[in-house]
Amino acid sequence: MGKVGIIGVGQTAFVRGYPGSIRELVFEGFKDAMEDAGISNDDIDATVVCSAPEYDKQRSPAGVFAEYLGLTPQPTFYVESLCSSSSTGLKLAYSLVKSGLHDVVAVLGFQKMSEISSAESQERMGRGADIQWESPFGTMMPAYYAMFARAHMATYGTTPDDLALIRVKASTYGQINDKAVYRKPVQFEMFSNPESPMSNPVASPLRVGDCCANADGSSCVIVASEEKAKALSKDPVWILGLGAASASVNLAGRDLFTGLRVAQQAAKQAYDMAGITAADVDVAEVHDCFTIAEMMAYEDLGFAKPGEGKELIRARETYKEGSIPVNVDGGLLSKGHPIGATGGSQIRTIVLQLRGRAGDMQVRDPEIGLIHNIGGVGLYGNVTILGR
Amino acid sequence: MGKKKDVDTRFSRFGTVSFTSITKVNDFIDYLEQGKVMGTRCLDCGLLFFPPRADCHRCRASNMEWFEVTGPGKLITYSKLEFAPMGFGDDVPYAIAVLDYGDYKVFGRIAKDVPEEEISVGMDMRTVVNRLPDGQLNYVFQKA
Repeated sequence: MGKVGIIGVGQTAFVRGYPGSIRELVFEGFKDAMEDAGISNDDIDATVVCSAPEYDKQRSPAGVFAEYLGLTPQPTFYVESLCSSSSTGLKLAYSLVKSGLHDVVAVLGFQKMSEISSAESQERMGRGADIQWESPFGTMMPAYYAMFARAHMATYGTTPDDLALIRVKASTYGQINDKAVYRKPVQFEMFSNPESPMSNPVASPLRVGDCCANADGSSCVIVASEEKAKALSKDPVWILGLGAASASVNLAGRDLFTGLRVAQQAAKQAYDMAGITAADVDVAEVHDCFTIAEMMAYEDLGFAKPGEGKELIRARETYKEGSIPVNVDGGLLSKGHPIGATGGSQIRTIVLQLRGRAGDMQVRDPEIGLIHNIGGVGLYGNVTILGR
Repeated sequence: MGKKKDVDTRFSRFGTVSFTSITKVNDFIDYLEQGKVMGTRCLDCGLLFFPPRADCHRCRASNMEWFEVTGPGKLITYSKLEFAPMGFGDDVPYAIAVLDYGDYKVFGRIAKDVPEEEISVGMDMRTVVNRLPDGQLNYVFQKA
């Protein structure tokens, strides 16, 4: 059985209030990937559609998109794992291709979050946690991640300033990424300036500047068998490793509050499958829905020892020129986080990096890239390793 | 006309807004009424569950007894919310937290009358039943 490659990647700009319906949103990301791949609809054997369905009025969007994109009568599948839905979609596409069932599969991630209010959105996001035992206390995603931030600070001496440094890094690249929703500069001083919205408390110890924004967007990743990839593409990128794990939805069932077990477990699987270690990774996209999430990712992925993630950001090692560049496209913090589209966007960034086509964000000559994509508060963890 | 079916929706009384009304551990609410916060213990293997469960995944059996959450637990972490999801706006600000009891952990809120400057990770806290003004029930953490 041969390798599985990625032959096309695309995404829309991530925006507030996309001026169109979800099928039109998905069309844009698909078109971008198809033009990147240079293939026709007849080359696509199946589609995998990925989103968090609570934001959609449309039930079962997969069939609707298959028709709108001109991909009927090919089969289509719908997957969700909250914020990591499109990484789960990639894993399904890999399996479909690897098994020989299909040769070329398009993974379509999307979310249109702007049709509901911010409070409604927080409530629905919060329902990605335990609705029976936790939601009745009034939970929301920033507060959950804030609890991990508090534990990380208490255990390791990480500070709110360390977290602010992560947001400043994100904005460095968000400013040069034309797909990002937040493109304004963010200065470290804003976090201590009461006049700046960045300093406003959301859920202690996290502030507005520590949180990513909701956005509308779609992404598309086209996966192909080795034979097809070589026939259809001049520069395929290969899927070297895949890892995925799940954990207790209720925080009472967790044994770790300074990191995410699912990320550690998914990383180990992906490293083992690829036959590499953390030291071999040249560029990474991590799930920075909150600054603390990126800090924990440094440690969970093995870029730093537990508690030493702060040293990486203080020394700017995760900047483009550093020893392990992380989120040099601005990350979720700058790009925004259209739940189902996020994983596909992360994959796109790494594919562009490995092809040497990331423009101003290009890292020097990377050979191996990693994507870390988390669903819920560490309910689902996905790590994908790609190589040239 | 058929007889109206009795539906046991006691669990809809849990918390500020309950998203679940029917569960096999509905007695949890009756215990809250009696001032007790209860978990379940598997009668076959002894595993403790909090929050309570009707089923033991280890034994794949449903022979449970109730046990009371008593004494102090250690505060693992907490966060004070300045914004709230829909339906909880009147409660802001409030803090959610996790206590470690050794064999199990408890997720809940810190009591409103505990001043923030007195909260620190590692401190001992107790879990106590709390009655909300509209008759809903939950539990909160008090200083031990």
